Amino acid sequence: MRRLLRGLWTEWTIAIAFLREGRAQSLMIALGVAVGVAVIVFIAALIQGLQSNIIERTLGTQAHIRLLSPDEVNRVLPAAPGILQLVQEDKRGQRLRSINNWQQISTTLDRLPELTAVSPVVSGPAFARRGEAVQSVALTGIDVARYRRIIPLERYLVSGRFRVGADEAMLGKRLADDLGVNVGMKLRLETGQQNSRVVNIAGIFELGVRELDSRYVYLDLKQAQSLLDLPGGVTVIDLTVADIFSAEAIAEQVGRLTSLKAESWIETNAQLMNALTAQSLSTNMIIVFVAISVAFGIASVLSVSVVQRTREIGILRATGATRRQIMRVFLIQGGLFGLLGSVMGIAVSYLLVWVFNTFGPGLFIITVSTTLVAAALLLATLTGVLAAAVPSRRAARLDPVVAIRYV
Amino acid sequence: MSDAASEVLRLEALSKSYNIGLPNEAEVLHEIDLVIGRSDFAALVGPSGSGKSTLLNLIGLLDTPSSGELTLLGQATSGMADAGRTTLRGSSIGFVFQFHHLIQAFSALDNVLMPLMLTRGKPDQAAIERARELLAAVGLDTFADTRPNRLSGGQQQRVAIARALITEPALLLADEPTGNLDTRTADEVFELFRRFNRERGCAVLLVTHDPRLSSTCDRTINLVDGRIVSDAMNA
Repeated sequence: MRRLLRGLWTEWTIAIAFLREGRAQSLMIALGVAVGVAVIVFIAALIQGLQSNIIERTLGTQAHIRLLSPDEVNRVLPAAPGILQLVQEDKRGQRLRSINNWQQISTTLDRLPELTAVSPVVSGPAFARRGEAVQSVALTGIDVARYRRIIPLERYLVSGRFRVGADEAMLGKRLADDLGVNVGMKLRLETGQQNSRVVNIAGIFELGVRELDSRYVYLDLKQAQSLLDLPGGVTVIDLTVADIFSAEAIAEQVGRLTSLKAESWIETNAQLMNALTAQSLSTNMIIVFVAISVAFGIASVLSVSVVQRTREIGILRATGATRRQIMRVFLIQGGLFGLLGSVMGIAVSYLLVWVFNTFGPGLFIITVSTTLVAAALLLATLTGVLAAAVPSRRAARLDPVVAIRYV
Repeated sequence: MSDAASEVLRLEALSKSYNIGLPNEAEVLHEIDLVIGRSDFAALVGPSGSGKSTLLNLIGLLDTPSSGELTLLGQATSGMADAGRTTLRGSSIGFVFQFHHLIQAFSALDNVLMPLMLTRGKPDQAAIERARELLAAVGLDTFADTRPNRLSGGQQQRVAIARALITEPALLLADEPTGNLDTRTADEVFELFRRFNRERGCAVLLVTHDPRLSSTCDRTINLVDGRIVSDAMNA
């Protein structure tokens, strides 16, 4: 690298001297590049912010992957040979049942590096009763330490504590309002035949999703198991993954590993994923087209510059410059346009982001990541060098005899 | 005729045609034979259009002959690639043009250093010292950091001469070096060529229209219509 830089010292010196001499021209094209880079960086940051906001809101209240017992299906005895069998099949109702061998499965899953959290959960339907008021609820029995890594419930707590001890429950804000209960009050939970329990309300949470806030009741795992008549069983294993966008692939892998039904968030939120993909596509289109127009800008300015400097190219050739050296001088100029422009453009995009965050709609905050900045710098510089390819070849091919007489 | 060790340049049946294969094909140089010795001080004269500049460009390896052989410092150059020709040109030939041809973006000192920068990269202290000495030798030591456009025509031409000499070339080529200078400045510049020829022993070949200057050279080569019609030592 050092040798390369030393070898290119002369080309650098000439390129920079040329840029400084044509200051106004250099500044103008750098400004052009800056506008392009600012647009790219701002739009990329905006879309990144928007998407991560949407995803965070969606995934904040659900597991990335849910493992469920496979559906129960009817088995049809095969007909004896030579007999034509007509079968009319009614699908079986799926009863609430435990995942076989879930302890062993969850220990196995704990060891998978792709997964960041594993939480066995038992869930089923119940009624919550207070006096005359009855609401149908979804009972969810959790192991607090494990479940908080799936959904950080403490973050959504509006009153009380994040605790599900013996005879304690947490419920959604909307449900609590409907039943008129508050932290410290009691509630009766009923699951069908004679199976009921009175619990203390330890905490009330608000996830911001109507369906969840009006139906969810969290209990201790053991208590829920006994209420739902599934002693020692769990119905779902909730998982989170490190890379949310590979959830689908990991779900498939985990599904094969455990022979359970695995649903990833991507599958359950197909519409959302479609929207996000379409949005990313349009962002990328904008980036590509802006980059192309920036490249044409740089190329045209350098083409003009090659013509303007024809005589100087001839002098350099006559004083010992090789074709390659001439070519590099113009490639470096292209790269410098890109670099200079992108530095200014990134500064402008920071300003735009600040304006958006301060005076914008305020729905979400956007940040410019260092990766985005580095990518923009690299992309712009590379675009500059590529754009310089054609003009620099032309410069290198100039006949020194003709070039030196050019006025 | 001088032997190989004492000659800088040898041309054998060197021809140059333009537009080869086209209806307007034109041969501007016809089988030129010429030898320049180590410390020759020669003038190349002739009417305009006689092919003087073409010959100078061929000798300077800026252009390639259509046929014939050009041997520079014992190296045959026909069939040499562009990069090799550039290296040979950079190391053994100094160029001075009619319109001084300096690069405006660089100071006088950097212009003088340019041939070294192009062949060896960043100049070291010794190189910078030598450039300053050369500028002093052409009487411009106080203008080292000045841009060419702040210098007079004669001063610019002297910077160009200093640039041509920085690589200590064996052969100095000059195309009408005094062409656009007034008589007094022209004499000063011409005197510089003389001095460097004497003090540093580099061969000088200069193209000129001016009979006053050519008569003060040691040797006059007369080119007419692409042929050398006379080549004689001056009395």
